[in-house]
Amino acid sequence: MSSPVQTFTPQQFHRQAHEALENPQIRANFRKAMDGLIGKRREAFDDWELETLRELGANIRLRALSRLPDLLERLEANCEANGIRVHWAEDGDDACRLITRICERHQARSVIKGKSMVTEEMHLNEHLGRAGIEALESDLGEYLVQLNEQTPSHIIMPAIHLNTDEISTILHERTGTEQTRDVDAMTAAARAQLRERFMAADVGISGVNFAVAETGTLCLVENEGNGRMTTTAPPVHIAVTGIEKVVEHLADVPALYALLTRSATGQHVTTYFNMITSPRKAGEHDGPQEVHLVLVDNGRSRIYQDDELLDTLRCIRCGACMNHCPVYTRVGGHTYGTTYPGPIGSILMPHLMGLEATKDLPSASSLCGACGEVCPVKIPIPDLLVRLRREAVGEGKGNVPGAGAKRSRKELAAWKGWQWLATHPGAWRGAAGVAGKFRAMAPSHLGPWTEYRTAPRPAKTSLHALIKRRRQEGDS
Amino acid sequence: MSARSRILDRLRQRDGKPLQAPKSDFSVVTQRGWSAQERLARFERWITSVHAEVIHCDRSDWASALARVLSDKGVKRLALGREHPVAREARAALAEGGVALVDADRDIEAWQQELFDDVDAGLTSTRGGIAETGSLWLWPTTDEPRLLSLVPPIHIAVLDAESLADTFFDVLQDHDWAKDMPTNALLISGPSKTADIEQTLAYGVHGPRELVVLLRHAASEQTGS
Repeated sequence: MSSPVQTFTPQQFHRQAHEALENPQIRANFRKAMDGLIGKRREAFDDWELETLRELGANIRLRALSRLPDLLERLEANCEANGIRVHWAEDGDDACRLITRICERHQARSVIKGKSMVTEEMHLNEHLGRAGIEALESDLGEYLVQLNEQTPSHIIMPAIHLNTDEISTILHERTGTEQTRDVDAMTAAARAQLRERFMAADVGISGVNFAVAETGTLCLVENEGNGRMTTTAPPVHIAVTGIEKVVEHLADVPALYALLTRSATGQHVTTYFNMITSPRKAGEHDGPQEVHLVLVDNGRSRIYQDDELLDTLRCIRCGACMNHCPVYTRVGGHTYGTTYPGPIGSILMPHLMGLEATKDLPSASSLCGACGEVCPVKIPIPDLLVRLRREAVGEGKGNVPGAGAKRSRKELAAWKGWQWLATHPGAWRGAAGVAGKFRAMAPSHLGPWTEYRTAPRPAKTSLHALIKRRRQEGDS
Repeated sequence: MSARSRILDRLRQRDGKPLQAPKSDFSVVTQRGWSAQERLARFERWITSVHAEVIHCDRSDWASALARVLSDKGVKRLALGREHPVAREARAALAEGGVALVDADRDIEAWQQELFDDVDAGLTSTRGGIAETGSLWLWPTTDEPRLLSLVPPIHIAVLDAESLADTFFDVLQDHDWAKDMPTNALLISGPSKTADIEQTLAYGVHGPRELVVLLRHAASEQTGS
């Protein structure tokens, strides 16, 4: 049986986390996958001066961000000069409308898609569907997830939550493929099913990994060939990207590419690195007649305002932070209920959805620091998680939509009381003495804390008093 | 006001501190200093590690190596260009044999179905290779269009040993890519693959199932095999 259709939301994070933790299949699928990825990444960087390379990666992204408005204009000018039409979208809906209009101008009925997280972010497929345009995902993982009416559970490996048997069932039930445990046979079946669709598609829609301002070039990283197919076979190609994906020079690309493939899947290189600089030129025999680039803001320019939160925009979407996250590994990607799960999702989604909806995400971390340590562009993810926790309770700068959504008067009063007590030694000693005296009355149930632990009980004599007594005894 | 000017205005009127643009030190992605032999060994090790096949051959006699590959793999229909020396020499050598030669320098609209359904292999030249990652680099042309290296189940690529560079960064610099980018530039490292089904590697998804590199050596060189 394929898993039933279920909708996940960040508001339900706690309930979804409980359900995932109690699902041995989810636990096993993620544990196995993440352990594998951690090992492969380590091996892939074996021969490298990793710290120097990460430093360079961070530095390239920082330089791009420091010149972001100028680089976007330069990218636009160079793309236009090459014949790529550039569009700007304030938010996801804006982008969906734009893309739908382009499709409608070409009387498109069927769209083939390469992997693109930004189009997941704006729910483009549903939007196109409402306009009577069928959008089919062509990345194998995305295809499986779409067949199963789900969303990706990982930004690089969308179907990582499914195991071979489950996938076999999905392919059987949805496409009539004969049930098998042979991965090659299943892959061949998907290849055959999609070939016709590539040929027939009116429009191809893809994401972008790096957009090079200097040359007006769109770079796409992939293994399957579906990205090349999507951007070459249909007569129209629409590339969609967040505004932060721009880099200044072509020479900036190799370092980021080296970091991306090794961090993401532990590959020393992907099968294809596809660099697109123009539509089909006169005399050329294939490739789309029209190429469009849609630059999507969707909250990014707001993140850009804050000196600390700005680092979020350095991300190159490798997913290493989730692969190494002990929380993600246990609860899986769907639990977060957001387009981007895991640590990067927890620092990005609050900006896109507001903290009212996502207030639990920055706390869905033990702050172990693994995400920050493996990030190829050195985003200080743990610091940003702490910053967003402060924003969530209204103790930050208020630069995040919905700041203060988690503020609770009771919690605030408790902390204020604690703060006062801890900075007034006399009162502290008095309170410690009282607590020691009435220790038998200390509650044995303290909410979720005591679900798996015994409640703490105040000591009969405080440490302070003990030391004082010992000193007096020593003196005598 | 347009979305464009609103977005750019917001970025320009940033509240925070002025942003510093750090200088980048690229030495970590260049200056490998490998010898020709080392380059060759690395290239071969990496590209075969992702299931490509490397066949060493002599420059003067490479077309007979091609003929052997075609017959070993049972290729009946080979798509290829006409202008590039690789295509010209291949056509001359294969003229007599039993392999049907399919012209690739045609508008795709005229032969898409044929390319997708009936062609067994595509032959292309390459501009060079990258030792560090075991990659080929191609700039598709009117003679050898983009889909030629993607759609047929077998891609046969011809690479000259002396065109190997150490790193991707070196290729960009040495050949001054930024000055004049082609419509499409490609790095190809192995046949198409996926690990989307429970991380089990499978080759031959939407692109070729097999990549054969005919690595040509000048007559005086030692063949690395």
